[in-house]
Amino acid sequence: MQRRQSSESLKKPLQVHHKNQTDLSAWRKGRRTDPEKSLQSRQSPNDKKNVSEQDSLEEALSYFEQVQERVSLKKNSVLQKHLTTVESIALQRGLPPEGFDVLLKVALSGKLADTVNTRLLKSLVPASVIPETSVVSAVSWLCVSKCSGSIQLLFLRWLITMFDFVNHKEELHALYGFFFSFLQDEKMCPYICHLLYLLTRKESVKPFRIRRLLDLQVKMGLQSHLQALLSLYKLFCPELVTITLPGKMKTYFKNSEGPWKAAINTVRQRNQASSPVFQTLLLGTAQPQSRKRKWNTQLIIPANSRNRNNLEEDREKNRVNFYSRDESFPVEQLQTFSQLLQNIHRLEFPSQMGSVLTNPLLLHYMNCIKDESVYLRLYYWMGQTLQEECTWCVADSSQYEEEFKHFLETVHKTECFLQEGFSSCEEFLYKSLPLWDGVCCRSQVLRLVSWIPLSSFSEMKSHLCDPLVQLFFTSSLYFKCSVIESLKELLQNWLNWHVIHLDSESDSQVHSSNTTFSGLVNMVAELIHYVGWISTVALRLENNHTFLLYFILDFYETVCDIYLRYNLPLLILPPPGIFYPALLSMDSVNLNQLCYIMYRYRTNLVAAKENELSKKQILQFKFSSQTYQEYNQYIIAMVGCLWTSNAFQKDTHPQGLRMDDELLKKTAVKEFKTSFNIVCHPAMMGYAVLFLQQAWPDDTTFNFSLIKGKRWNWYLEYLYSQGLKGLKVFIESSINRVSQASHSKAEN
Amino acid sequence: QDNADPQRTAFLLRKQWSLYSVTPLYRFSTAHLKHYARLLSAFVGAEKQKGLAVEVGGELGIKVAVSSIPDLKGSDQDRDAILVQLSLRSPASPKNSEEKLVWSGCFCCVSGDHLSENLPEDFTCLPLFLVNGAESYTSIVGSWFQKTFDCCFRRLAISPLSLSWMAAMWTGCQVDKTTAAVELLFSVPCLPYPLDISYAVHPEDAKALWDTVQKTPGEITQEEVDVFMDCLYSHFHRHFKIHLSATKLVKVSTAVASAHCDGIIKFLQSKYLAGVLMLLTELAISQIQ
Repeated sequence: MQRRQSSESLKKPLQVHHKNQTDLSAWRKGRRTDPEKSLQSRQSPNDKKNVSEQDSLEEALSYFEQVQERVSLKKNSVLQKHLTTVESIALQRGLPPEGFDVLLKVALSGKLADTVNTRLLKSLVPASVIPETSVVSAVSWLCVSKCSGSIQLLFLRWLITMFDFVNHKEELHALYGFFFSFLQDEKMCPYICHLLYLLTRKESVKPFRIRRLLDLQVKMGLQSHLQALLSLYKLFCPELVTITLPGKMKTYFKNSEGPWKAAINTVRQRNQASSPVFQTLLLGTAQPQSRKRKWNTQLIIPANSRNRNNLEEDREKNRVNFYSRDESFPVEQLQTFSQLLQNIHRLEFPSQMGSVLTNPLLLHYMNCIKDESVYLRLYYWMGQTLQEECTWCVADSSQYEEEFKHFLETVHKTECFLQEGFSSCEEFLYKSLPLWDGVCCRSQVLRLVSWIPLSSFSEMKSHLCDPLVQLFFTSSLYFKCSVIESLKELLQNWLNWHVIHLDSESDSQVHSSNTTFSGLVNMVAELIHYVGWISTVALRLENNHTFLLYFILDFYETVCDIYLRYNLPLLILPPPGIFYPALLSMDSVNLNQLCYIMYRYRTNLVAAKENELSKKQILQFKFSSQTYQEYNQYIIAMVGCLWTSNAFQKDTHPQGLRMDDELLKKTAVKEFKTSFNIVCHPAMMGYAVLFLQQAWPDDTTFNFSLIKGKRWNWYLEYLYSQGLKGLKVFIESSINRVSQASHSKAEN
Repeated sequence: QDNADPQRTAFLLRKQWSLYSVTPLYRFSTAHLKHYARLLSAFVGAEKQKGLAVEVGGELGIKVAVSSIPDLKGSDQDRDAILVQLSLRSPASPKNSEEKLVWSGCFCCVSGDHLSENLPEDFTCLPLFLVNGAESYTSIVGSWFQKTFDCCFRRLAISPLSLSWMAAMWTGCQVDKTTAAVELLFSVPCLPYPLDISYAVHPEDAKALWDTVQKTPGEITQEEVDVFMDCLYSHFHRHFKIHLSATKLVKVSTAVASAHCDGIIKFLQSKYLAGVLMLLTELAISQIQ
């Protein structure tokens, strides 16, 4: 639910979208945006749980910071409690960077028993990164040897496993000599070798170190870890290491990931799933390759990395132009919005375009650079990945549904961010929807539908609408509502697109798209007619279900305002199969919504008529008299139902409420000519009852005919105060004169 | 092309090739093939000895050669095919120039104009990738290309419909020594155990049948292919009372080439090499578009 909200707020109105963009300016790679902080305004129970977890973690950390002397674990329940807190949070969510300093210090200072230290070290799993300073201070604790040998070893194994999570390595490199001195410890030697192997740079290779290593080899014999380090030294400085080393070596180091591996993967998956804004990249960015599949079919969003391909060309260029040395800014270093702004002129896209999906900064950049090849690269990659991974098209892939869902969600978020649909997604939908069961990845697929670009409706009809209709008519109420909602979003996206392009076209006078204006109007009209048709059928199938009607009216709330809000000369009224069920709805929310929609239709029509009369602009498009006629028919029916009680006589719509007096007499309703109005309408009767109870608390006869004249006006005020704003604007705009007349009569 | 040297493309013949489709390569340039070979050989070396740093250009057990084959194309718009070869140096005597070819991969495009014509210059369109050798090398070379040229590889399966086209087209080809039978392999679906039916027809009989079906020489329609296959099916049904139309065509072998639905091909006639590659290029393009 949380994710959905955030993605919707990214997309819907453009203003919110901008707000989100500025939010992202504070975004840093490697620092996870805190879900609690960014979503404070709408706290779900889940958030509250997170907050309380956060509190207890803080408590635990401050406890460990202050613990002075040796405390027995068995006897001390406070220690037990805090230790379990740290463990459970670490293994599920990972620890925040600030936790490492405290916990490493406690574990290596020997204050507590080894069982506690071991458990602490085993739970040191980072949520994002490990600050270098905490590692450096831990090494200094290691050097004073306050802790036992086994803890020392465990720490080294931890450091090797977490090496890639340490945010900087410069100061660690400065400690190279310290680590090297530990080589003499026989137990630590293999791990130290591994660590040195990770740390070694060309400048670390010194003759005295080579001599020391060779001495050790003489003393300990051919050890694979020593050989590894020596061969690395030889690789860096072949002139200094003259011995021959055996060529092939399967593994130099034992797998030291041991106790942390599973936890790292859990945390990684969790963080990827739950980060509310954008998936921030973990260090290394490679997603867990949990499965054995063919090499080229892993659903991995590639990491950001510079295009190494051009190195040679670059070198050639440099010879010519000295200043071009710092021409391109490596994309791996791009971490903040201000960096993006400073280097935007010398930024190069990553070698694999797919990696931009998880990097909002690069998406910003992509938005600025309208380069065709950028979109083409993304198009090919995404198209192939979607087809290859589609869980209902590719056999034996149903077990990867979760991953595919995440992928679709990432793609959708990117579309929201760019405010633009990908053509590869459109093609994917067209290819795969005929095979879709309507269940697998339902919400993700429907969300992608809302970003289908505006191109041609005939293609969309045969590839999208027809398969969707089959599913729509045969699926649950909920599915029907979701489809109508995503089609509403599709409509809004098209309209937004049109508005944006209106602006940009008036600037440049270039027709950027190949759709003509009338083509666009036709597309939009076709979509609205399509939704009108499926909604009519769906209402009949679902017995005019209130919930469904709500979604349908929501769609028409966008439709009724197209002329004024989106500057498109289009006014399409709902078909009678929607209008009449809404008018006769048992539910005041829908009736109120219908009133609001009819009010907006009126406003749009009046504005159109005014424009037509004043001829401010040359009107290529005019609403036909049929539209006005249809609107008037609806208004007569509405006024008849809500106000004058003569809907049965006056409704002229062929599918309307008109009934013969003879037939009405048979209903045995007395005074039927005055009894169907705002008081007796089934959706309103509840209000009328409450109103009567308040006005005449002693009267239990519920005499509705009491509500007339002055009381009629009080009743209206009462209804407005109950939040029926749609009814209010409708009555004030469409029934004004009649009502004025009726009061004055009543007052007389 | 007529002026192509059959010697230069002979390496493709009589070997099994696995088929892949490849999206256009971004910023690939034939001017840098040597450089690519160096980088790729370092990459292969690094992947093979995981965990140990390797130096670009250093002496490694595997030699990588990247070369272009101008003979392998259908029209002037097609880019030159690119051949990648991995050979093992014998570890016993490194000075010895004896090298053993362990893996080859060939990117090509034969008459793929409709994909390449609208592409910007930065993209090189070589949509068909043929591989002969161990999957582990394919994976390494493939990932390097993916990373370096931002392209995507996908296995190119051949649908039964395409296989029946191949059967009809290749049956109609003139082959000098008509010794090999036209063999169709069918697999029966929905059985608890695998059941394959092999259906071999004498090449001359098959060609005679095709000649009666085909109306205009040099032109084939879907209808003709359907008629041809239906004739073969009804003949089979008359003898064995089995409806082959209810089974799945999985393999077609003729004197021209043999093709398996999993995307494996074997070229047998250099004369028809370009024609078969053209068809495969078309299949690859339809998979990436």
